[in-house]
Amino acid sequence: MANAAIAAGTARPVKYRSMSRDRRWAMRWSYFFLVLFVIFFLTPPLYMLITSLKSSGEISAAINPWWVYDPTLSNYKELLGQNQYLVFFRNSALVSVCVVIITMLISVTAAFALARMKFWGSATLAMGVFLTYLIPDTLLFIPLFKMFAFVRDTTGIELLNHWWTLIIIYPTLTVPFCTWIMIGYFASIPKELDEAALIDGATWMQALTKIFIPVAIPGIIAATIFAFTVSWAQFLYPLAFTTSTDQLVLPVGIVTTLIKGDVFNWGQIMTGALLGAAPPLIIYAFLMDYYIAGLTAGATKG
Amino acid sequence: MAQVTLRKVVKKYDEVLAVRGIDLDITDKEFIVLVGPSGCGKSTTLRMIAGLEEISDGDIAIGGDVVNDVPPKDRDIAMVFQNYALYPHMNVYENMSFGLKLKRTPRAEIERRVKQAAQILDITDLLDRKPKQLSGGQRQRVAMGRAIVRDPKVFLFDEPLSNLDAKLRVQMRTEIKKVHQKVRTTTVYVTHDQVEAMTLADRVVVMNAGLIEQVGSPNDLYHTPTTKFVAGFIGSPAMNFIPCQLEQAAGALRMRLNDKLSMPVPASRTKRYSSFAGKPNLVLGLRPEHITETRPHTEPDQHDFDMAIDVVEPMGMETLVYFTINAAEICGRVNPNAGAAAGQPMKLRADLSNMHLIDDTTGKVL
Amino acid sequence: MADIAAPTATAVAGNRRSGLHKFVQRRSTIAFLMALPLILLISILVVYPAGYAVYLAMLNKSMTKFVGFGTFEFILKRQVFWDVVYQSCLFAISAVIFKAIIGFIVAHLVHNIPLKGQRKWRGMLLVPWVIPPAMSTLAWLWLFDPSYSAFNWILAHFGIGPIPWTGEAGWARFCVILVNIWAGAPFFMIMYLAALKSVPEQLHEAAAIDGASWLQRIWYVNLPMMRNIIAITALFSLIVTFANFDIVRVLTAGGPLNSTHIFGTWSFKVGIESGDIPQGAAVSLFMAPILAIAAAFILRDISRRGSEV
Repeated sequence: MANAAIAAGTARPVKYRSMSRDRRWAMRWSYFFLVLFVIFFLTPPLYMLITSLKSSGEISAAINPWWVYDPTLSNYKELLGQNQYLVFFRNSALVSVCVVIITMLISVTAAFALARMKFWGSATLAMGVFLTYLIPDTLLFIPLFKMFAFVRDTTGIELLNHWWTLIIIYPTLTVPFCTWIMIGYFASIPKELDEAALIDGATWMQALTKIFIPVAIPGIIAATIFAFTVSWAQFLYPLAFTTSTDQLVLPVGIVTTLIKGDVFNWGQIMTGALLGAAPPLIIYAFLMDYYIAGLTAGATKG
Repeated sequence: MAQVTLRKVVKKYDEVLAVRGIDLDITDKEFIVLVGPSGCGKSTTLRMIAGLEEISDGDIAIGGDVVNDVPPKDRDIAMVFQNYALYPHMNVYENMSFGLKLKRTPRAEIERRVKQAAQILDITDLLDRKPKQLSGGQRQRVAMGRAIVRDPKVFLFDEPLSNLDAKLRVQMRTEIKKVHQKVRTTTVYVTHDQVEAMTLADRVVVMNAGLIEQVGSPNDLYHTPTTKFVAGFIGSPAMNFIPCQLEQAAGALRMRLNDKLSMPVPASRTKRYSSFAGKPNLVLGLRPEHITETRPHTEPDQHDFDMAIDVVEPMGMETLVYFTINAAEICGRVNPNAGAAAGQPMKLRADLSNMHLIDDTTGKVL
Repeated sequence: MADIAAPTATAVAGNRRSGLHKFVQRRSTIAFLMALPLILLISILVVYPAGYAVYLAMLNKSMTKFVGFGTFEFILKRQVFWDVVYQSCLFAISAVIFKAIIGFIVAHLVHNIPLKGQRKWRGMLLVPWVIPPAMSTLAWLWLFDPSYSAFNWILAHFGIGPIPWTGEAGWARFCVILVNIWAGAPFFMIMYLAALKSVPEQLHEAAAIDGASWLQRIWYVNLPMMRNIIAITALFSLIVTFANFDIVRVLTAGGPLNSTHIFGTWSFKVGIESGDIPQGAAVSLFMAPILAIAAAFILRDISRRGSEV
């Protein structure tokens, strides 16, 4: 047999590792560590869920906290039954939806102008947009606070302590990044489409609505998701600018009202937190690819 | 000793057989070329020799040792990729010395080998540059330099010239041949271009659909193909295939091409073909250079006939004429001064001493 | 037909030409108008407040008169401030380092498994980044609860005494850094994974043939080619972690004894809770130099990205 002939010619001993065995072990170790990391990343949300299903008796009992012995939906019923939580949810939803609409209107039009229509200063403006994203809310909230007070003193319009004020401010957090994402998407659409549309008799606005937006839909979805998630999760601005209970949005509402003095109603807090985390999570579950595309597009499409 | 042996090698992707069992013996210092249309399995075979693909069945041995399960880095091979695969963040010197550096070769030795390889390839003044500063041809030379420096048992080339423009390709072809003459290392070269195969190879392996059609020297493949595929693949313009019938009449063997045209079988072949008379699905294979204009002196086994020319392609040193027999387009090569003109009849001569008779049902040359 | 069509064609062409001409001239104005909302938004609600913050920082506490750098000097003399500086830098630097390492490792792990399965693993691993930080920090707060910590319950089985977590300065800082890492590592993982996928497979094959082990391939092929993304992501995250608010506020509220305060939370405490707006503004302005330096590096790296093949 030829194989024997080949084997007989071997004089030196085999001292190299087996390729297929290495590959199999690499897979096993990969999955092992992946499981460890997944445990690390998913423990807090899972624990939120576990706690939310416990009665307060069970929470304070000295038993295994990682298991629900007597699951109950009482936390959910109490929380959703009381008006307050629903008000938080409503405020958050209204703010987020309005902010998303405003953001997309501003971002898409601006991105189109910056990416496509070269005008004086467009490059610097694009860079400027990016830079403002790096000015954090922790630097701006104090002057904004004073500015709102000033508006109240001069015009009598009360901006503080109204949830709809947030609709004005949140776009500063969402518009720069969304514009940046959209610029990247628009820039990747070939210029010949412009010219073809123009020759076909379209105005710029028609070109935008009939040609670009359909092609840029993935980017638009990604930007919308981003705008929504950021609005929903905002904590500092509402904490600084809204104080009355009925004006609070969800993150602030949960943190401030459910912690009454020294008594922490953990069952309800976790339930509230979980429900508060639900909208972004649900969107993420269904639109995960757009989510990720938005993230990576922002950084890699420079 | 760096011979490469393949025994019943099979490659299976899920349910698809990319390589269906090939046997090949490559001798030491030989330059062997695997050629075939895309999808024939030549690249897959090369990558199995390299260790970049796992072997589904069969054995591959390099230098006498079976290497099925040996990782690429331990096989003592070097590979030149179609896209060069140069490390973009390293300069040419670092690219070429990378393999040696990993083996912890002393710096003086590395320098000596790199300089030597750079000299062979004429890239000594490029050593400081980064790949993005090089042209396609230069990058390819650096890729070869990287392979030479390692002084491996086998060189593997995976369609290295496909990314270059036509002129550069011809140039680099010669370079590769020169390098092989200087650095006598066993080389396995994969290409889809049969001209490259013919000009570079000591032996050519024609592959088709995962199997080897024929192995032989370029001359053998050109003049004595064993299958219709090889006959039609090698040579440009391709061999003409004319369906015909073998008739035995009055003790002489003739090939009837259509009701107006029949040609006599050369006497030297009568014995060989006589048993196939009357067999269906026979095809006459004749290369374009064996269909010429008529000349004053007639050799034996040459047959003259008249044909209406469809298309004329002047190539400068010759003119290609195209005509139709039995709905098959036939190509002939005539002298530019022979007066060939489209739509005009012309007297042509077939040199049947170079004919091939093919059984179309089996694809074999009889 | 032809003689009717011809004059009409030229007439239309003429109209179009002049229309287009005027259009091109007006194009810049239209473009500018389209970008105007963006410009207004940024100017009024970002640029102006930033400048206003500088002005505010130079007023006295009741905001009646101008005191120049007086507030800044006052802050620089307070020990608390230097604690805040130290803590902000500590959190930012250590969190980013670990986020980068974890992100790098996990990206390679995900890249290593067959493509079909990658999506669901990636999906699970990104969850911390999707949950609003305030919400997830509440979960951590509960996990770190001094009396009921679920972690302490597990540790008790190994005989390790109950850890005070957020109750003690050293542990509190650890907790803040840990939560930061937990929330931010997925972002790094996604970025690095995208960068990994853009490294041509042939480079790995060439390196494998050249004799590189998997570790050497990561070091010599992946790392250099990902250098740019690594830098940009790290700088971004430095800025975000440095200017963080949510995590510290919910987890420790700056305590115990101001040991976990960072610029954001301290300026909130001083400016909003204690009502000293100028001091709050001044504190937050101290972030500016770091942010500017990081921004400059980011800019340089992004433009470098364009020139790399």
